[in-house]
Amino acid sequence: MTIVADRGTTPTGLAERPFGLVRHSLALGRRSLIKTLRTPEQLLDVTLQPVVFVVIFVYLLGGAVSGSTDDYLQFLLPAIMVQTVLFAAPATGVGLNTDIKKGVFDRFRSLPIGRSAPLIGSVLGDLIRYVVAMASLLAFGSLMGFRIQTDPFSALAACLLTILFAFCVSWAFVFLGVLMREPGGVQGVAFMFMFPLTFGTSMIAPVDTLPGWLQAWVSVNPVAHVMDANRGLMLGGPVAGPVAWTLLWSAGLLAVFAPLAVRAYRRRA
Amino acid sequence: MPDAIVAEGLVKKYGDVVALDGMELTVPEGTVFGLLGPNGAGKTTTVRILTTLLKPDAGHAKVAGFDVVRDARRLRAHIGASGQYAAVDDHLTGAENLEMVGRLYHLGVKRAKQRARELLERFDLTEAGDRPVQGYSGGMRRRLDLAGALVASPPVLFLDEPTTGLDPRARASLWDVISELVTAGTTVLLTTQYMEEADRLADRIGVVDHGHVIALGTADELKDQVGGDRIELSVTSAADLEAVRRTLAPLAVGDMQIDATALQVTIPVTGGAAALTTALGHLSTERITVRDAGLRRPTLDDVFLTLTGHEADEKIKETVR
Repeated sequence: MTIVADRGTTPTGLAERPFGLVRHSLALGRRSLIKTLRTPEQLLDVTLQPVVFVVIFVYLLGGAVSGSTDDYLQFLLPAIMVQTVLFAAPATGVGLNTDIKKGVFDRFRSLPIGRSAPLIGSVLGDLIRYVVAMASLLAFGSLMGFRIQTDPFSALAACLLTILFAFCVSWAFVFLGVLMREPGGVQGVAFMFMFPLTFGTSMIAPVDTLPGWLQAWVSVNPVAHVMDANRGLMLGGPVAGPVAWTLLWSAGLLAVFAPLAVRAYRRRA
Repeated sequence: MPDAIVAEGLVKKYGDVVALDGMELTVPEGTVFGLLGPNGAGKTTTVRILTTLLKPDAGHAKVAGFDVVRDARRLRAHIGASGQYAAVDDHLTGAENLEMVGRLYHLGVKRAKQRARELLERFDLTEAGDRPVQGYSGGMRRRLDLAGALVASPPVLFLDEPTTGLDPRARASLWDVISELVTAGTTVLLTTQYMEEADRLADRIGVVDHGHVIALGTADELKDQVGGDRIELSVTSAADLEAVRRTLAPLAVGDMQIDATALQVTIPVTGGAAALTTALGHLSTERITVRDAGLRRPTLDDVFLTLTGHEADEKIKETVR
């Protein structure tokens, strides 16, 4: 029996190898990607749900806010891209929490790999969901009459910026996912923050129509900066300021929540 | 022979609950050590500490020469662990599950695939290998989980209740696999609730209760300690129970258990079948009608009853409370 015959391959000091963490994270990201592709119903929140939001907002508010549904679609779409990825992001934390509870992560924790690799893997694997979200929104949007008013590269930049922001924000949900006891709890807490962050913006109505206190909130809300950046990149208008704010916020969120998540994961028994 | 696993005075508390209370064990290289005990005795906590998933509150332990706390990272390259809750991914196929572990061990894509196929074949999962694990039976999952622990051919293997919840056939097939591993020289720490399993697989057994080892020895030594075999008799009337007790007292090597409701008497004996023949002879001489009689090996309950004075089941209730 050759089960243990090739003892020569027993690895030593694997984690110290160069790019070890990158390779481990990619292998685990692949796992999470396969899972997503095998359960397409998990993609509903990045395919059907944003489309439903667009239809509701455009036909319900379009006339009142912009005077025409066509004009309103132009106004809404670059912003709702951000809402879509933010609503999709908590799923990473929920999935992580489920995996930890099921014991799958015990196996990872007993392997000679970096403790952050399974977390990075989950976040990387879920990037596909954001890509799908961008694609389905742009495809459905253009069917409804949305037109990019700048150029394709700027529009691509808007998509990438949105995905980058979601990637950084999702570390907050990874942190929650590791910290909390129940997947349902992760979902609940995540959405408590999600609503003021996504709706407390210029997404569905122009800022100057909002009361003063709400305008103040919008001006400091990072999500509003991403929406402004997207509008600038896809429709024209100021770009540099909102993009700079978005990048700054992204870096800040990553710098705070990624270490917190890894630390909490190390501690979780 | 050097020791592959050494644990000294391990203590682990969860709030007021003491999970481990001075756990000690030593497993020489290339041998199988069985930790036998009921739920809540501290078996899983011990394994979690030895596989670096948990830090002990006190005491220290070494596995393959590495300290479980200080050298945790290097230690992990030398162990494989297979748990009670098969840690396999439902949405991935059997092959993908194993390949992923191979990649994490830096086997390289080609070697990882090859290794996955080898293990699937070895564990009788070749056919199922390309199906998502979702559709696997309990036994198949356990086998896959065990295969996952063997991807890098670790010299030390931890098996936490590998067959709990499996049907007898699946259990027997898993036992075969584990026995082969042992022949190949792997050091194994096995936890189990089944005396039979420890008996079949372990060179030495530690009986665990209240977070520490209360008895240590080979399966035979432990069974002798609890009185070899058990004769189980049932009689037709309660009036005969006392007569049975009086008649068979000389044969018993420990306390007899008398169940007045089931009209059943359990007598610890040595000498196996011969003792049963003798007992039946005595009863026939005394003209006591025996409805049913049999000989059985001691169960975990018997070991517990003898070593701790309480039944394994009671222990479970205590832990829950």
